[in-house]
Amino acid sequence: MSALIKVDHLTRVFDVSKPWLNRVIERLPRALLTAVSDVSFEIEENSVYALVGESGSGKSTIGKIVVGLVPPSEGAVEVEGVDLATETDAARVEAVRADIQMIFQDPYASLNPRWRVRDIIAEPVAAKGGDTRGLAEKLLEQVGLSARDADKYPHEFSGGQRQRICIARALASGPKIIVCDEPTSALDVSVQAQVLNLMSDLREELGLTYLFISHDLTVVHHMADRIGVLYLGRLVEEAPRDRLFDDPKHPYTRMLFDAAPRMDAFGREVDPPKGEIPDAINPPSGCAFHPRCPLAIDRCSRERPEMRRIGDTRVACHVAE
Amino acid sequence: MTDTPVLSVRNLVVEIPTRRGILRPVDNVSYDIHAGEILGVVGESGAGKSMTGNAVIGLLDRPARITSGEILLSGQPIHNLKGEALRRLRGKKMGMIFQDPLTSLNPLLTVGDQLTETILEHLGVSQQQARERAIAALEEVGIPAARSRIDSYPHEFSGGMRQRVVIALALCAEPDLVIADEPTTALDVSVQAQIVALLKRLCRERGVAVMLVTHDMGVIAEAADRVAVMYAGRLAELGPVREVLTAARHPYTSGLMASTPLASQGHERLRQIPGAMPRLGNLPDGCAFHPRCDYAQDRCRRDPGPTLETCDGRAACWFPLGAERKQEVGA
Repeated sequence: MSALIKVDHLTRVFDVSKPWLNRVIERLPRALLTAVSDVSFEIEENSVYALVGESGSGKSTIGKIVVGLVPPSEGAVEVEGVDLATETDAARVEAVRADIQMIFQDPYASLNPRWRVRDIIAEPVAAKGGDTRGLAEKLLEQVGLSARDADKYPHEFSGGQRQRICIARALASGPKIIVCDEPTSALDVSVQAQVLNLMSDLREELGLTYLFISHDLTVVHHMADRIGVLYLGRLVEEAPRDRLFDDPKHPYTRMLFDAAPRMDAFGREVDPPKGEIPDAINPPSGCAFHPRCPLAIDRCSRERPEMRRIGDTRVACHVAE
Repeated sequence: MTDTPVLSVRNLVVEIPTRRGILRPVDNVSYDIHAGEILGVVGESGAGKSMTGNAVIGLLDRPARITSGEILLSGQPIHNLKGEALRRLRGKKMGMIFQDPLTSLNPLLTVGDQLTETILEHLGVSQQQARERAIAALEEVGIPAARSRIDSYPHEFSGGMRQRVVIALALCAEPDLVIADEPTTALDVSVQAQIVALLKRLCRERGVAVMLVTHDMGVIAEAADRVAVMYAGRLAELGPVREVLTAARHPYTSGLMASTPLASQGHERLRQIPGAMPRLGNLPDGCAFHPRCDYAQDRCRRDPGPTLETCDGRAACWFPLGAERKQEVGA
């Protein structure tokens, strides 16, 4: 097994400063938000790699960088050995771009309401001048809709069906990799189950690789082979699914697992986690989690922990063992 | 627990007249909530769970209206109250927590102004006392340094803190009933755990009756004492949370549980409920769930939708799941 996607010391900083004139008059400094900070991981072919984290953890930004919607500030993403941000050979970039597609969270916002479903689905191929005859019909049937639906408009479909259309569009260019950014969080549970099952089936039929971004631990546990946990733009722990759920090493991962509501925990009295996610513009010194960490020692506030390997797990914590 | 439930909803029907006919987003719904009890109301979007909550607190938007049934608050009918009488009741006797904490606070008033306004309106205390009560309310919901934060505006609080302010606002006039409509849906997992723990504590300490509307079965399992499952405007199942979630009697509840990915299941395929909830204007004949039901029989397609009474007040199903499954109820 080789790594299909290599994310190498990826950092993305957004400038969220006030306009120049305001800064001069109000004497404000530049405000830089580090959405992703020194994140490295690899995704193997035909596997599902999940990124979990709470809001502001940088999971969606990583997804956007991987598909090339946002350029990295530092570090690199290599897809099939090609770095989309720096590659100069246009033909190679084109080839890789066709191999990687994205599914977004909100199926109501990601389909053009004025286009027919046929045009929406065929667009990734039509844009490159490919042959689109019968393509939409074939894909619609593949995702469990009817070929006759090709002439309809998006508003004629329910949320779950729209997400199927988004999946059909993502499949149009025959990709190897699909980046799914919270693909089911706008859907009801029974519909979510349909979409997750469809994604699993397609992965087996077509040998797809998924980068699966979600905040829902139960969904991630169901889908992923390997999971990376993000906190404030930093990868704090990464492990194969069962290893992570059986033996979480990082105190943040443990906190997240304890806090997640469980269907078998009737009347459970949780000791809820303390504090909230800090401001990403002024993150805490050292380990970003230290102000909320029950295990924090002096060193945690001074020194940012490096990724260490413990068995199958990679963890960024001074204390974890 | 007293004998008179804090909230008693009897055969409630809400109708919306449209050009294409009358829609019934809430159809013959009955339940009680006692003091110190959390009733979870679950269902998928369009099941009528929020509409039920809004009907109770008198916040139905026109043209939706209650056409029959009763809502009793501590034994007193409130479904026919209007204007001033209803306004005095809201806030004082009933508090409401909405999903989005940003839109349920006034951005132009400080948190303190909003709290003291409510307290002055309902409790008849002096301005100074109201302010002290407001500070106490903020402290109670776990806002650190409440005395200095009280003059902050809503935008100066984080999402979780804002939801705490909304809870303080709902509770500051010491109501008997709190309706929480998806109170944690907009929040992160760790903050959600804090808010759920807070709701449980307040319910226990103050003896408030809570109606917790949510689509998250996990939150229900952890917080609720009893749970009502809604489907297409009707109650599908009602009972103690542990029994409903572990031994569902209605096929819809059972399907809902099976389609939720559980940590123990791993990579196995999820059981899915085929299709989607029917639109209100286009409900099937018979039981509204029958086109999606694995166990549907002729009677389900023919006879009008069953009520909870068909199965010991627990599930609205002609052929409930469980021990006596083979016997047709009422046959």
